[in-house]
Amino acid sequence: MATKAIVGEKVGMTQVWDDENRVVPVTVLRVKPCRVVQVKTDERDGYTALQVTFGTKKASKITKPKLGQFEKAGVDPGPRLVELRLDDVSEYSVGQELKADLLSDGDKVDVTAVSKGKGFAGAMKRHGFGGMPASHGTHRTHRAPGSVGACATPSRVFKGQRMAGRMGGEKVTTLNLLVVSADADRDLVLVRGSVPGPKGGLVLIRNAVKAGA
Amino acid sequence: MQPTDLVDQSSLRTDLPHFAPGDTLKVHVRVVEGAKERIQVFQGAVIGRQGDGLRETFTVRKVSYGVGVERTFPLHAPTVSKIEVVSRGDVRRAKLYYLRDRVGKSAKIKEKRER
Repeated sequence: MATKAIVGEKVGMTQVWDDENRVVPVTVLRVKPCRVVQVKTDERDGYTALQVTFGTKKASKITKPKLGQFEKAGVDPGPRLVELRLDDVSEYSVGQELKADLLSDGDKVDVTAVSKGKGFAGAMKRHGFGGMPASHGTHRTHRAPGSVGACATPSRVFKGQRMAGRMGGEKVTTLNLLVVSADADRDLVLVRGSVPGPKGGLVLIRNAVKAGA
Repeated sequence: MQPTDLVDQSSLRTDLPHFAPGDTLKVHVRVVEGAKERIQVFQGAVIGRQGDGLRETFTVRKVSYGVGVERTFPLHAPTVSKIEVVSRGDVRRAKLYYLRDRVGKSAKIKEKRER
């Protein structure tokens, strides 16, 4: 599991040039300085994590049960509570602030976010099916999935057969992205490559758990 | 204003001259050969500019030993050490792709008359 993690917002993509004057495509993430609201431990909760919040939200706009959580921790309330699963939380305490300086240039990170919703998508978009030919007698079935199974045996469609359906809007993690630069003053982190989700979407950044080897 | 402008500012170049399609340029390109670096000049006519901001690129066309050669450079690339405008062209299009089908005198670009 991860040893460090932080919350951010996707700003958008752009490009920078590296030392050898090659273009590097980067995603700009604005790290949100987060405040620890609760430290979850193995003894008490059965797992280890940090419950954090970020930003500001009026106390009068928050439900009383949630406000109680913030008050107990003595932390300014924020719009959301997010849990960051970590290996070891002994170094963290309630009220502590996490910043972009957690990350440094050259680190490998995993970025988790909710992907863009595509609505009810066909089999070509959702599963990469080839569709039907454009001509040679094809009639109104250019993007159809084709056969979904055999005939009298087994006389049913197998479970898990890939078909059209809801696509996107699910939690996606991109692994092993390189941190091109981490700017703690401006709270900006540039990671090489793309990151799931829309601009302005919430992202969780943690150190890469499958890096190495 | 794009949200990523904050990051782009540092990579944007301010030392570039103003130039437009039809202009003849000398593009000084840094070429790295092993450990050595030298400057190579690519001279030709700008046949188009594409994109904007940090992503903007421009295409330069020249005819070398009877063969048309086109190179596209990112405008803000650090590999472009210098851009010199040799002459201004008088053209009516933003993209001069019609030059590809022409040879000889018809492929010439009129020079802009200063007034």
